[in-house]
Amino acid sequence: MPPFVHAHASHCESGVMSSLVRHHGLPMSEAMAFGLAAGLLFAYLPFMRINGLPLVAYRIPPRGIIKRLNKDLGFGMRFETFREPAEGTRRLNQLLDDGKLVGLQSSVFWLPYFPPDLRFHFNAHNLLVYGREGDEYLISDPVVETVVRCARADLEKARFAKGLLAPRGLLYYATARPAAPDWAKLGKRALKRVTNTMLRTPLPFVGVRGIRLLARQVERLADDAHARMYAGNIVRMQEEIGTGGAGFRFLYASFLQELAERTGYRPLEGLATQLVEVGDRWREFALAAARMIRGRDRFDGGILAGHLRALAEDEKKFFSELDAAQRAWPC
Amino acid sequence: MRERDVPQEGNATLAGHRKAVYAVADDGRVRLVASRGWEVEEIVTRQAVQDLERLARDASARALAGLTSPLEVHMYRARMDLALLSQTTGLWRWRIRRHFQPQVFARLSPALRRRYADALGLTPEALGRID
Repeated sequence: MPPFVHAHASHCESGVMSSLVRHHGLPMSEAMAFGLAAGLLFAYLPFMRINGLPLVAYRIPPRGIIKRLNKDLGFGMRFETFREPAEGTRRLNQLLDDGKLVGLQSSVFWLPYFPPDLRFHFNAHNLLVYGREGDEYLISDPVVETVVRCARADLEKARFAKGLLAPRGLLYYATARPAAPDWAKLGKRALKRVTNTMLRTPLPFVGVRGIRLLARQVERLADDAHARMYAGNIVRMQEEIGTGGAGFRFLYASFLQELAERTGYRPLEGLATQLVEVGDRWREFALAAARMIRGRDRFDGGILAGHLRALAEDEKKFFSELDAAQRAWPC
Repeated sequence: MRERDVPQEGNATLAGHRKAVYAVADDGRVRLVASRGWEVEEIVTRQAVQDLERLARDASARALAGLTSPLEVHMYRARMDLALLSQTTGLWRWRIRRHFQPQVFARLSPALRRRYADALGLTPEALGRID
């Protein structure tokens, strides 16, 4: 096995998976990992609350990218969770001593190398451990620019944090080499999956309909402290660490370009350009919301809802065209 | 977003870190670019952090006035709320709420103290203090 090479990524799960796949001999970019796993989404989940604010997701639920890629590339990923922290640490050490590259699910809050302001109780962070020295682990956290170290006690706490999406010490590793796939076949299927979710999910809070539902909620906000927290929460989900900007839209555009190049299916090029423009408008929405939160502009839920409705139209157009391109793809 | 428009505004919440974002380079390709941060992110992150700090400050003032126990202060300092502390410790919410009463907190068993301290990443001694 060649020495491990760390790569900076925008999203933890696609970052971890692309690094794992590369380490096992198949070249793969973060964007490709994200796209092939059909990682893009919009979902507004009012019944899942974090600190009293509804969850707004711009990507599929945690572990989705790991599971889908594992299935499609067939590299025999093993997943293990533990009841006791000591047991989880023992198993991690054993795998590392065997020379394995190990993925972990962890809380962000208990990782000391994270900037203090970004340490929230988010339990579905992913990182790789590529070795250990004494009581310290050598960590490749994809959202951090370089490799870092973490003490055993801290890592244990992060792996066994409780609450929503509790990791229960989850670790995962590959047991086989990933096979080079039929990129066109896999790509077409991944596109179909995303367009289906975004356009045809029979639930009012997923996909384009979810954006419209969120717009209706935002429109009803009065000009008060709660409204500012609510708007701030949407923007945080969209622009905070791990989105690559604009709620993963730019990351997905990069995937479309790469898929076009690899398979020679050119219509995806134009769609990538179109998605970058949609992403820019998500960022305009974020800017408008931030100005209201800061008090530079008067808070107006109607204006924010207008942004969201326009975005719903943009996304409907984009995903419909992507769907047509996918259908017309002969492979 | 063009590569040259990638914000490099020195977002304080990143504490000197750079985050990876994707942007369009001059050749039209979307690429990964390291960013020092965008003011918009800083505004929304600071907003969330300040809200938690405000809750901790309020609780601290009430604890000094004898209206709540240090437990509530430490809960907010650990960026938790009642729901999360309940999940982390495995204790019912009403029990935790009862432990917010200073006189009940003062009589807390060493085992419960340790349980709270572990959940909050403190020593049992530090749990009883607010500095």
